[in-house]
Amino acid sequence: MSSLLAAASFETPTIEYDQLAPIIIIFGVAVVSLLVEAFAPRQWRRVIQLIVVFTGLAASFAAVVMIRGTQHIAAMGSVAVDGPTLFMQGSILVLAFIAALVMAERQVDPLGDAFAPRASALPGSSDELAFTQLGWLQTEVWPLFLFSVGGMLLFPASSDLLTMFVALEVLSLPLYIMAGLARRRRLLSQEAALKYFVLGAFSSAFFLYGMALFYGYAGSVDLSAISDALTANAGSMWLVVTATALVSVGLLFKIGAVPFHQWTPDVYQGSPTPITGFMAACTKVAAFGALLRIMYVALGGIRWDWRPMMYVIAALTMIVGTLFALTQTDIKRMLAYSSIAQAGFMLVGVIATNQAGLSGTMVYLVAYGIATIGAFAIVTLVRDSTGEASHLSQWAGLGRKAPIVASAFALFLLAFAGIPLTSGFTGKFAVFTAGIAGGATPVVIIGLIASAVAAFFYIRVIVLMFFNEPSSDDSVSVVVPSGFTTLAITISVGLTLVIGLVPQLILNLANQAGLFIR
Amino acid sequence: MSTFPWLLALLVVPLIGAAIVMFLPKNSPALAKQFGLLVSLIVFALTVGMALQFVTAQAADFQFTYSFSWIPAFGVNFALGVDGIALVLIAMAACLVPVVMLAGWNDVDGSQGSVRGYVALILVLEAAIVGVFAATDLFLFYVFFEAMLVPVYFLIGRYGGPRRNYAAVKFLLYSLFGGLLMLASLIGLYVVSARITGVGTFDFTALANLNIDPDTQKWLFLGFFIAFAIKAPLVPFHTWLPDAAAESTPGTAVLLVGVLDKVGTFGMLRYCLELFPDASRWATPVVIALAVVGIIYGALVAIGQSDIKRLIAYTSVSHFGFIALGIFVMTTRGQSGSALYMVNHGFSTAALFLIAGFLISRRGSRLIEDFGGVQKVAPILAGTFLVAGLSSLALPGLSSFVSEFLVLVGTFERYRWIGVVATLGIVLAALYILLMYQRTMTGPTPDEVGERVTDLRGREVLAVAPILVIIVVLGFYPKPVLDVINPAIDRVMHAVNASDPAPEVAPVAEGTQP
Repeated sequence: MSSLLAAASFETPTIEYDQLAPIIIIFGVAVVSLLVEAFAPRQWRRVIQLIVVFTGLAASFAAVVMIRGTQHIAAMGSVAVDGPTLFMQGSILVLAFIAALVMAERQVDPLGDAFAPRASALPGSSDELAFTQLGWLQTEVWPLFLFSVGGMLLFPASSDLLTMFVALEVLSLPLYIMAGLARRRRLLSQEAALKYFVLGAFSSAFFLYGMALFYGYAGSVDLSAISDALTANAGSMWLVVTATALVSVGLLFKIGAVPFHQWTPDVYQGSPTPITGFMAACTKVAAFGALLRIMYVALGGIRWDWRPMMYVIAALTMIVGTLFALTQTDIKRMLAYSSIAQAGFMLVGVIATNQAGLSGTMVYLVAYGIATIGAFAIVTLVRDSTGEASHLSQWAGLGRKAPIVASAFALFLLAFAGIPLTSGFTGKFAVFTAGIAGGATPVVIIGLIASAVAAFFYIRVIVLMFFNEPSSDDSVSVVVPSGFTTLAITISVGLTLVIGLVPQLILNLANQAGLFIR
Repeated sequence: MSTFPWLLALLVVPLIGAAIVMFLPKNSPALAKQFGLLVSLIVFALTVGMALQFVTAQAADFQFTYSFSWIPAFGVNFALGVDGIALVLIAMAACLVPVVMLAGWNDVDGSQGSVRGYVALILVLEAAIVGVFAATDLFLFYVFFEAMLVPVYFLIGRYGGPRRNYAAVKFLLYSLFGGLLMLASLIGLYVVSARITGVGTFDFTALANLNIDPDTQKWLFLGFFIAFAIKAPLVPFHTWLPDAAAESTPGTAVLLVGVLDKVGTFGMLRYCLELFPDASRWATPVVIALAVVGIIYGALVAIGQSDIKRLIAYTSVSHFGFIALGIFVMTTRGQSGSALYMVNHGFSTAALFLIAGFLISRRGSRLIEDFGGVQKVAPILAGTFLVAGLSSLALPGLSSFVSEFLVLVGTFERYRWIGVVATLGIVLAALYILLMYQRTMTGPTPDEVGERVTDLRGREVLAVAPILVIIVVLGFYPKPVLDVINPAIDRVMHAVNASDPAPEVAPVAEGTQP
């Protein structure tokens, strides 16, 4: 009887399917992709998977466009569908689309694609050799990719900490596996996966603990409820500060901010390069989205308490990222440290805590993401007989061997360095302006000095490619990719230039996105 | 005034030319050079056309203005316009580019980079130069200021001498560092303008009319000033210049030292003084000290050089000291002398670098000690070199004299002893130029020089002659240039709220006394 009574008083949850469509489409497509992997015959899988993935991404993007202008907290207060959410979801989908093009490439590696023929085989074992000789090509990466994208779409939209945590795990777990899928240098790849998993799990635990403390403080994990409790000055400030610190650790880990950045170079280096591009670009958008939402919505009221901490972290991230990047000799590790430094620049936008800071960070994320995927796509093309030639000395004289590819890479580097008329300048200008307007002038000045130092290692690669004699090592060559990678690089170059030359388009989108709803 | 968008045309024509050059057939470098020369001559013709339309009476106002909204979110307009100073500097650049193309016809034939790339880079650089002088929106100015670096970087790094990598990177890093400091100030200025007027703007005239409080001005001034001091360059920010100038081809060196570096002094005059008048007066003692140190130090180091190109680069350090001095003594004569000096220095340095380039390419060495007695084997070369050198040491009758004299008079009016010390620079100039001439051109002719150094060919004479003519003409009759410059100088003087000191002896000819 009692169970019947309970059922009678049970309120049916309202689910706004239209507003959640972008997320639902991706998760639905992910399930389809999983079924394809299980039931479709081997020779058809790739074609079906590619159709599923690209139509899924396109449909989800169309859904984002359809519901533009929505300002609503959907799914019983769990998912905030507002301007910033939709902007970030759109960005993630576009970036994921470009990244998927690079992942679909099967022409650059003579052995097949970038992914292991059998990820479970021990590196260096006879099993592995046997599978390689069989010439197996797997498509298991696609469902993983889609689940991860789904998590990323949900992450910045989460309006309570519990949903945010679920999204965090949904986006992270597939990434841990994908990091271990590299076909070449299996040991490095597996090390990367394990490292990423262990540290990631660790940071999730921090996030979870912080969440528990917030619940203890506010009696709710809802972001606006936490904000209300802070306004009412309900409980112990000590509890809030600890909770804020713990939750921040979880998010700053995903962003790769110093001192939670140690995983970045190893994971970026070990992962299959197309995955590195995807991970570096899309995870950062999603994680910054979540960080911005927590900091602006839940903790906006106590920004004077967390801003000093973020000042220090932003400054450290810029300085450490830049200085370590200076000493790298591996292109993937250099890009990893560069992405740490870029995260520091973006944190300036978070610190600003004004609307310009929010829109500036979003623009920076898009500019950075596009250039990052493009840059890693080009890394996949420079190869010798053992795979990618990622040592910097092997890139010497690339401008002579492949002027177009080298020029595209130079453009991405200039964008990272923030040279005017590239997308990176638009982003940097937007966050630094917001930073000064928000009273963070010292951090902006550190940022500008870090930019000057950072320019040195970006320019150094350009010097290496264009001014140095080609390396004596003749085995290094730039392979001609299929249409997939070519298209990805072309789109990245195009968008990098468009955002640099006509920034108004994206600035309008970001400004119209407005603020987070509560 | 016609409505033809002169400045936009000056900006777009070289860019289109550069794009076309890149699509010319790879195996016919001569075609690329001919086409590049043609484009630069078209730009020159357009500049002449524009200069003829310029209304001298209103030279203080921006003319040929052209504007459209570029990034409304930041209040950025693509706004162009020239006052008298910008006009003469653009004209100088437009005049030097074809000369450089013609003079450096064979300079890059054997180098690792392609000839069409060289031509295209020079044309892109020309567009950036026009843009940086013509921008009336500070954001646009900054964009051109930074964009200018890219072609120069490749011009040095791909086509330069043995240590070109080092020189190119050093040049780029110095400039980028300065540029980023300026960016910080630029953003600060934008935020300040938003605080004062409610709407952030980058429009030069609007920003010049803001009353920024003096403390904020000082910080903003520093960002701009250091960027310009690196670009100009003033001592102690000058160490990139000798490397960059010595390692680049003569043509690149001309554009770099003769034109690009003027952006630094132009920026001090236009932006530092007019945007931050209080801070400029606050900084005057330090800047004047740096300028005087630069004059003497540049000259002394030049005397000690054994490399001809480095010597010329150091003479420029000394001359930039004069220009900065004239700007910051805050007298009408000093500033109009500086503005004129920017033009004159461009031409006399161009002549020196180009003729030294002819000499060096013949002998295959940049060292002074490898030369001697050139005047016997190549009298025209030696003669033109002497004229260019005499112009550099400010011999009366040649153009630099007028401007250097004006700067010194302007300095003397306000700071007598500084004027006296700066005059030493002229004495030292005679030393470094004449010593170099004596060591390279006179005396016994070593065998290598006798065998290799031939006299100037027709193309080379054709390239150098116009510059020498301009040097002589402006030496005797600088009035047209001064007439265009002076109204703009009056505007600057008014903006920085300075007036000329009253003369101690009552003027005889002029009726009223201030």
